[in-house]
This record gives sequence, structure tokens and C-alpha cells, in this order.
Amino acid sequence: MSSFFDSKVFNWLDERLDLAPVKELVNHKKVPVHHHTVWYYMGGVTLFLFLIQVFSGILLLMYYRPGENSAYESLQFITSKVYFGWLIRNVHAWSANLMVFFAFIHMFSVFFTRAYKKPRELTWVTGFLLLVLAMGFGFSGYLLPWNELAFFATKVGTDIAGVVPFIGEKIKIILRGGDDVTGATLSRFFGIHVAILPAITTIILGIHLLFVLRQGMSEPEVFEELPEKKKKYIHFFPDFVLRDALLWLNVLIVVLALAVFFPWDLGLKADPLASAPVGIRPEWYFMFMFQSLKFLPPHILFFEGETLGVLFFGAVGALWMLIPFVKFRKEAVSNAKILTYFGLGSLIFILGMTIFGYLV
Amino acid sequence: MTKLGRRDFVNYLLGFGSISALAAIAYPIGRFLVPPPIREAEPNSLKVGTLDDFPVNSSKIIRFGRTPVILIRDGEENMRALTATCTHLDCIVQYSSDRQQIICACHNGVYDLTGKNISGPPPKPLSEFSVKVIDKEIIISQNRA
Repeated sequence: MSSFFDSKVFNWLDERLDLAPVKELVNHKKVPVHHHTVWYYMGGVTLFLFLIQVFSGILLLMYYRPGENSAYESLQFITSKVYFGWLIRNVHAWSANLMVFFAFIHMFSVFFTRAYKKPRELTWVTGFLLLVLAMGFGFSGYLLPWNELAFFATKVGTDIAGVVPFIGEKIKIILRGGDDVTGATLSRFFGIHVAILPAITTIILGIHLLFVLRQGMSEPEVFEELPEKKKKYIHFFPDFVLRDALLWLNVLIVVLALAVFFPWDLGLKADPLASAPVGIRPEWYFMFMFQSLKFLPPHILFFEGETLGVLFFGAVGALWMLIPFVKFRKEAVSNAKILTYFGLGSLIFILGMTIFGYLV
Repeated sequence: MTKLGRRDFVNYLLGFGSISALAAIAYPIGRFLVPPPIREAEPNSLKVGTLDDFPVNSSKIIRFGRTPVILIRDGEENMRALTATCTHLDCIVQYSSDRQQIICACHNGVYDLTGKNISGPPPKPLSEFSVKVIDKEIIISQNRA
């Protein structure tokens, strides 16, 4: 990097833009080395997969045609006629799933290393919002092929939104673009998937990354307590970046291998008059909620079971987002302990329900 | 001749590998962007209706496979069929019944009833289809010269 900073191009830019802070960042940004360093890579991998999504999504836009009578057909065309269309579509589908997967790993690793605490509270909040957005991408993108599975999953998913007290019915109608899941829903989900969500995500992702750059890597408590001499660091440029690049390359290879060897089935075209086939299920990252709702009895006290379930998930989600600000106990140590148990409980609940959902 | 050092060798290898990897990504994307050809059956002949459907001195644009064709009845027994796309810039032409000419409204191209370009910008004549009337049924077919 140092040779670039001596170059004429850099000087030309520097005279006009004052790049001293950039130079400072590049030369001095450091990454701590310890047992948990591996978790530092998870956010980067999620970002890389997001970039793949943007790129492959733009490519798919060249051929995808939303509409009841054209969406499914355009996907057939993409996968069977367009050169490498099958590859681009499967990369998009696989990378989407891996992105949500790594976002979850990133989130839980930040949680358990307590990297969300002061001064990084807002980084955590924006990160949580990004996960919600990623799930929104998944939910809206799932319908776009207009196949049977997606059609019914969307019916169920939007119906669940409808049980929220007072505003649920309104939300459902707005989401569906009418009373039922129809071509109008497809147009709406398409707009949400390719315009609204990307716009919001770009802003929040920008803020999230800005915070990370500004604050640097969080150091776990064990590392912080070490005497200065024992703390090991590597340079962000080029050492960490090169390691990042190598990992991204490997992730790309995994995505390509999955796309080639395990292509996604297009299934049957959605037919609003056909009865729902057996085994309708949402995407795996919604499975734990879907499965939990199935367990609830129809009525709990004077609430409907589903309503209570949806409110419960809403409340836990909000609590999770505000974790950096939550104080169960006054003493920091016991508060941290309770939070860890809360996190472990959530993780076990999510894993358990997800696995259970696929077994039954 | 300078010796190729170990470091240079690794650098070349890395460079070559990177370029190959980029090519392996760029090629599928490039190919993806080129739309595949869509084959549509080009019919040899087409029944377009009966003489009674077309009043004398009138015209109609029909599709012959993917080609728009203008069908003109310019006399009691006389039917003509010509490609309807102007040879200038691809607009669809129209039949002017009072001038008994084919005109293109985009840039004032004028053709006579045989499809010959007679004024305005069109560089070439409109190609003709053969029209047969059998038992009052109109059949057009491709003119194979």
C-alpha cells in the first residue's frame, strides 16, 4: 500500500480531497489476534454474499418478467434457454441462503463475545435491522418464481401477518395488494424485492460499515485484560484483507459448487385453484417460528393462540435488538451472565424448533 | 538473460491464476447477457379470411409468423400482400386509400402498390407475398424466388 501513497495519482487526489484520514486508517488499522479472531470474518463473508446477491440479482432482472402468466415461464426460460441462466439463478438462490446463515452466525458470535456493548450499541442495532431486511429479501424473493410451494408459503406467511391485533388485517392487505395472493401480490413482492428493500438496505448497511470502520474491531474482555506486551495484532492492510480475500474466494467456490451440484427445483407453476400440496414449508430461517406457531393451542386465555405467538416473537425480537441497553441486574457481571443464558436459550430454541420442523 | 527467481515465478503464477479466475467469472456473465435466439415457426402459407371480409380499396395488417404483413384489396379481384415494415427505419406502413399508395407516417416514405419505393427515405422496396384466392378464401404464401 505504501507505494500507492507515494504515487502521483494519490498525490493528485490528496491535494484535492485531503486523504490523510484514509492513509491513517490504512496504515494503522489493526486487528487483534486471539482465540476468537475467526468470528471477525463472519461479517465480511455476509457482506461478500450480499454483493453476490446484488450482482446475480441484477443479471436475473435482464430476463425475469413479473406477472401471473410470465414469471414462472421466464424462470423456465432462464434455466433452460439462457446461456448460464441455470448457474446465475442457482448462485442467487444458494448465496441468499448462505447469506442469511452467515448473518445468523455473525450475530450470535457478536452476541456471545459481547461485542455489542458500549461504544458499539448502534452497530448492533443496525446489524439486527440488516438481518430483518435479509429475511424480508428472502420472503419476498421466495414468491418470485411463482411456483406452487412459494405461492402457498406466501399465503401462510402473509396470513400470519394478519393476526397481529388491530393493524394485522391492514398489513396483510397491503402486503398482498388485495384480499388474496394473486398476480397483484407478485408485482408488489417484486417491487419490494428489487427496489424498496435494496434502497433501505444500502442506507443501513452503509451506516453499519461506517460504524465498524470508525470504531475498529471489538476486543473481547479476555484480550482487553492482557498486559499490553502480550496483545498481538495484525495489520488490517494488507494482512487481514488478504485473509479475507482468500476466504471470500473459498466461499465463492462453495456457492458455485452448490449451484452446480445441488440446483434448486423450480417445481410446479402456482395454481390458485389447486389444493395445497403436502409439505408446504417456509424457508429454513422462518422454520422455527412456523413450527412454534403450529404447537400453540387455538386459544390461550382470551387470545387466539397465533396472535399470542406472533406478539411473543415480536417482543423477543425487539428485546434482542435492544440487548446492548438491557439491564437485568445492576452489577455488570451478573447482568452479562443472564444475557448469556438468554442468548443460549434463544439459540437452543431456534435450533431445536428448526430441526423439529424438518423431522415432522 | 536474467534468471526467473522463485518470487517472480510465484507472482506470475498468481497473476495467471487471477486472470483465469476472472475470465471464468466474466465468460458466463457475458454469455448470460446475450439473449438466446427464439425460434418461431415461419409458416409457408396462411389463410387470412374470405374476400367478403375485405371491402374493395381497404387494407389490413396481419401477422405472418413473426412478420407483419399488409394485405390490400385494390380491386374487385385483386389482392396484394407486402411486408408491412418500412425498409427505412422499421415503422409499420399504412395503405392510403385516396392516393392508392402505401405510405409510412414516420418519415413520409412512399411505396407504390407493388411495394416499390417511389419517394422519401426508404432505400429498398417492400417484399411481396403471393396471394391466391381459392373459393373466395384468401391464402397468402411466401414468394420463393
